[in-house]
Amino acid sequence: MAGQEQKRPQRRDDEDTPAPEAPVAQQQDAARGAEVDDLLDEIDGVLETNAEEFVHGFVQKGGQ
Amino acid sequence: MSVHRVMGTETEYGVTRPGDPRANPVHLSGLVVRAYASGAGPTRALPTGSGWDYADETPLRDARGYEMARALADLSQLTDVDDPATANSVLSNGARLYVDHAHPEYSSPEVLTPREAVIWDRAGDEVVLAALATLAGQGDHLRLYKNNVDGKGASYGTHENYLVPREVPFLTIAAGLVPFFVARQVLVGAGRVGLGQFSEVPGFQISQRADYIEAEIGLETTLKRPIVNTRDEPHATGEKYRRLHVIVGDATLCDVGTLLRLGTTSLVLGLIEAGKAPRLELADPVAAIRAISHDPTLRQTVELVDGRALTALEILAVYREAVQDHLGSAVDADTREVLEHWDSVAADLAVDPTRCVGRVDWVTKQAVLEGYRRRDGLEWGDPRLAAIDIQWSDLDPARGLAARMRASGRVVGLATPEEVAAAVVEPPERTRAWFRGQCVSRFAGAVRAASWDSVVFEPAQGTKGLRRVQMPEPLKGSREDIGALLDSVAGVDDLLSALVTDED
Repeated sequence: MAGQEQKRPQRRDDEDTPAPEAPVAQQQDAARGAEVDDLLDEIDGVLETNAEEFVHGFVQKGGQ
Repeated sequence: MSVHRVMGTETEYGVTRPGDPRANPVHLSGLVVRAYASGAGPTRALPTGSGWDYADETPLRDARGYEMARALADLSQLTDVDDPATANSVLSNGARLYVDHAHPEYSSPEVLTPREAVIWDRAGDEVVLAALATLAGQGDHLRLYKNNVDGKGASYGTHENYLVPREVPFLTIAAGLVPFFVARQVLVGAGRVGLGQFSEVPGFQISQRADYIEAEIGLETTLKRPIVNTRDEPHATGEKYRRLHVIVGDATLCDVGTLLRLGTTSLVLGLIEAGKAPRLELADPVAAIRAISHDPTLRQTVELVDGRALTALEILAVYREAVQDHLGSAVDADTREVLEHWDSVAADLAVDPTRCVGRVDWVTKQAVLEGYRRRDGLEWGDPRLAAIDIQWSDLDPARGLAARMRASGRVVGLATPEEVAAAVVEPPERTRAWFRGQCVSRFAGAVRAASWDSVVFEPAQGTKGLRRVQMPEPLKGSREDIGALLDSVAGVDDLLSALVTDED
């Protein structure tokens, strides 16, 4: 399991290509729960206030 | 084998005008396209009245070797005729922006790598956001969503296109792809609240599109949607190429998801072209794609005709092993990048899907939904969860939940904001999209129409002397091919005479 914790994309050799930016490994484990809670607090402020009406009003026509 | 291949994406955006549920979606879509063309100006987008060059469109030609009778086709299949009620533009980045049925659609320019596909796919989001800003400036506030379902029976598409050699028999391609597409969703599904086409059953599933797939192979894209679409419209030299038109995928907002969608598929196509595709045959692919989508624990197995039962991750592992066996010793950087993400995501999904927050769309969305369920004690049928699902894909960076997660670094970025901003105006350099896009920016006013494989010039405005430059080879017209020529000509007349000379 410990080995799995470390598994993440290896940085490519070429210097011009950025490695994935977010610290994926750190985001895992214990920090994850707190991360999600922080996120919920953050997005609470932008959520549609009347969810039922919003969902009801989101009607699309089919596409390809 | 390499991940390099001519490829691109198409996105049909969900569109609403809040407070006006009766607004005509075709009208709203037209507003978006026209607003971009007018706001961006003539050097960035062809005027929407210019039109599309339909001469080479063949939506009823079936890759299995025949053509559907026009009289038998659904009206929605007749995409090769100009509809004066809709709007269409070709952009300086080589993309097409137009009204497709009832949605604004951005078709990205042809690119050569999955990383480029990520960049020009996200550029499309910025293009339509710019249109929304123009409309907002006029007091009309529309919203656009990068999703594929409204939860009430309607599904709209996010498509992928891949150029493949004509010599590979279509049914060989289909046979190699079906098990892969059934399994691929666990890497690249967008996640959806609700099960069934009308969200009849409360719950969460992996794919937006799975419940709307009703056939294994077929020509249709709006009814009886197939896992493998047979539309044979190469937009290139037909004797040499097919364009594989993939309609089974979801719109992905995580860059890693988009990279894997295009990258793994290109690698599997490479296997099929080499005759090295795994010999897997599902007993019931349509039932399998839904069963896998409906189980976010990833334990669901599906039956093969040989009697085995495999999970999606096990099927993908068979493909991954075949890719490994077939790879040469020299793996290019673009291929290595895709393989590293494939391996890491598959390994993490197998241990605990939540490890893939920020890389896999459905996992990222599910983590947020589960957070709300825990905190507020919500059942899956609660409309707040359905609202979060929709708002997840709102493109507005202030309101869209995925956009906010990207802004706060919770979604892994592969493309920088600067790369995406550049791709809004600049075409990719290594395909004919470069010529198409440069014509729009350099010869504003003299390009009358364009398509994937042509640019139609009107050298003297208002005359009937149109000149059509054909581009049947997607790899020609790159910056390397034609950059020096474009830099050297004084105008369209010069360009046209130089092109004719070159061809002689």
